[in-house]
Amino acid sequence: MSTENQMALAPYRVLDLTDKNGWMAGKMLGDLGADVIKIEKPGGDPDRKIGPFYHDISDPEKSLLWFAYNTSKRGITLDITTVEGADIFKKLAKKAHFIIESFRPGYLSELYLGYSEISNFNPGIIMTSITPFGQTGPYKNFKASDIVSLAMGGVMYHMGDPDRPPVRFSVEQTYAQAGAQAVVGTLIAHYYRLRTGNGQHVDVSMQEAIAFVAYMSPAYWELEKDVFLRAGAKMFRGRDLPMRQIIYPCKDGYVCWQFLTSVQGDKTKALVDLMDSHGMAPEFLKEVDFMSLNFEDVRQEDLEKWEEPIARFFLMHTRETLGQEAKKRGILLFPINDIKDIVKSPQLSFRQFWQTVEHPEIGASITYPGICWHSNESTPRIGCRAPLVGEHNEHIYIDELGLSKDDLDSLSRKGII
Amino acid sequence: MSIEQALQGVKVIDLAWALTGPIATKCLADFGATVVKVESSAKLDICRVSGPYHGGKPDIDTPPHFLFYNTSKYSMALNLKHPKGLLVLKKLIRWADVMVESFTPKVLEKWGLEYKALKCINPNIIVIRASVQGQEGPQAQAVSYGPILTGLAGFYSTVGWPDRLPSTTGEPYTDWVAPWYVAAATLAALDYRKRTGKGQQIDLSQLEAAASFLSPAILDYVINGRIKGREGNRCSYAAPHGAYRCQGHDRWCVIAVTSDDEWEAFCNVIGNSEWTRNAEFATLEARKKNEDELNKLVEEWTSSFSAEEVMNLMQAAGIPAGVVENSRDLVEDHQLNHRGFLVRLNHQKIGPNALHESLSFRLSKTPHQLRAAPTLGRDTEYVCSELLGMPTEEFIELFNEGVFK
Repeated sequence: MSTENQMALAPYRVLDLTDKNGWMAGKMLGDLGADVIKIEKPGGDPDRKIGPFYHDISDPEKSLLWFAYNTSKRGITLDITTVEGADIFKKLAKKAHFIIESFRPGYLSELYLGYSEISNFNPGIIMTSITPFGQTGPYKNFKASDIVSLAMGGVMYHMGDPDRPPVRFSVEQTYAQAGAQAVVGTLIAHYYRLRTGNGQHVDVSMQEAIAFVAYMSPAYWELEKDVFLRAGAKMFRGRDLPMRQIIYPCKDGYVCWQFLTSVQGDKTKALVDLMDSHGMAPEFLKEVDFMSLNFEDVRQEDLEKWEEPIARFFLMHTRETLGQEAKKRGILLFPINDIKDIVKSPQLSFRQFWQTVEHPEIGASITYPGICWHSNESTPRIGCRAPLVGEHNEHIYIDELGLSKDDLDSLSRKGII
Repeated sequence: MSIEQALQGVKVIDLAWALTGPIATKCLADFGATVVKVESSAKLDICRVSGPYHGGKPDIDTPPHFLFYNTSKYSMALNLKHPKGLLVLKKLIRWADVMVESFTPKVLEKWGLEYKALKCINPNIIVIRASVQGQEGPQAQAVSYGPILTGLAGFYSTVGWPDRLPSTTGEPYTDWVAPWYVAAATLAALDYRKRTGKGQQIDLSQLEAAASFLSPAILDYVINGRIKGREGNRCSYAAPHGAYRCQGHDRWCVIAVTSDDEWEAFCNVIGNSEWTRNAEFATLEARKKNEDELNKLVEEWTSSFSAEEVMNLMQAAGIPAGVVENSRDLVEDHQLNHRGFLVRLNHQKIGPNALHESLSFRLSKTPHQLRAAPTLGRDTEYVCSELLGMPTEEFIELFNEGVFK
């Protein structure tokens, strides 16, 4: 068996009908070795218009969002809303193991291409539907966008500064969350199919995906009639506990450090000792017995009084210096990285996390984040870059489905491909 | 009544603490895998000792921190510092299909449980080692946990306002990225084993998983040299776009207008006020140029309505909009209630209405079957006698020696 076939999901074919809400699912399956066919309407997925772009050239073949979330997929164009297009889709669906889609609830059924129709002739099919709110329910027809999903999932409320509006992630997270969680549901259904031969429908709600990310938020209301609040650079731990700062500016960026007490109080003392060695530890700070403090008993005013000289100390030193001293002295202090730091991380390059992916048509070899795990058996790797619009039409329609070149031209002229 | 479960018969040892590993094994447990969480009162999972607590007072069995992420699992109390504790663990390893752990690297090795040794006990075992930064490398031994890792992975630097410090994410966000990869790798490995008979050891890095969710920004840096920073609620391809203040205390509605059609519909909803006809708001490009002014004008309108009203008016016109939901909103959300996202289960200590959470995916033929999270050590005897076939005398002897603590 070639190494290709040893990849985890190599024997399986995925038909990917998604827009950006679901791209990540097909990508993860493809990166694990599945044969993913991205199906776009003729002209390409409208979300290809979203930047940033390769060298800022606004072009549907150069969207970095498209590049990032559509690796390891081949691409065809097909208008499934036409009779001929739907027929072609059914031919492909007959041999597929997975279909992933993110149309509004009911859309595929209206085209007679929904789960019940497909499972009639392919009972093993697993169809995964990713929508903002799910297939049923009072909000099922609501429109969403990243900020809407994040807001209605309850995560946005606790991000940002208290004196400003709640804030979202500047790198959109809801698409990746929905896709990744959809993959877990899909593979659970797949295992069931391995045992029984039966497929099924997997219904993924982006709102729920985010609500699950919202941590203990609902518990604060359920248990204490309280609300989990946003705290900016501090950590909110419930109304009965003081709020510690955790993000501190330093000379050349930011560091992550929290005031620790009781069993971990020695780590705070270690920092105060370091400050003292620089003559920057005020008496009132040196006098505190951190190890005998219970965090619940600390008052917010005292905490802020102690944090203040610590903040001043951090401001005077670089991340590297602070990091080195922290390691030496057992202080739990860590750098806060930006995107550049991630790319330059010695740990990530040691692990060979980065993968070079060829883009021959733009003459580029681009460094991509690879797959986050290795295996002694079948380590997954990105198979190829994201497809161009209709890039594999001939491979699929002619080589696989046996259409002629004339058929293809005719379908293309009719706008079906 | 028994409904068939997707992962019936899959046997999992869960040695993981805190969030990443447990969330991954929750996915398996809720769909029928037999997941044995190995715990010890000598070293409690941090989720058992952080509030809030059902009943208001600290109790290792009642925090939602633990309940939410440990549904449907068995709990075995096992003292791994006791020499016979490891013997019992080895019996579990022989029994299991999958073992999940997220320790600092070398812990398993210290116990004599490196992969080679595991294979001697169980040749086809699937081992998932979900450490923070991977088993090897210059930072492999660095102690870390969720809030720190979220900063290391680059998330804080992309949350917040350009003129303020980076903001925390509320939850330790990387603990909600890595588990999906852990679960997916486990399921892919189970598929691989079904086809080839072979187990494997998977060395997963939570940090790398987190970086995967920043891919578009990473590519933007690698290709264009741009470092994505904090942009508040701005979006390059939409305006209006943001959180707008509504009536009431700290009530907000988000609105996202991307297309020309949505802009036209938006103008209709807000009554076609004069300002909407100004050239400076006519196109997306123009609105982006005048975004501060635009946001001020939009907020003048939203301030007269409740967040729910804004959402409903916008949605009726086909415009993405939504209440920025807080803890209370989540519990009362109509759609989440319809989906049954929050579930109240019968818990041994708390009673019949203990709040737990389900997952975002619903399987039509093999729906999840949630059971309350276990009290510590609730299932020790069950695991030993029913799953491991341990004779009663042996169990009693080990119990008296303090192995099951």
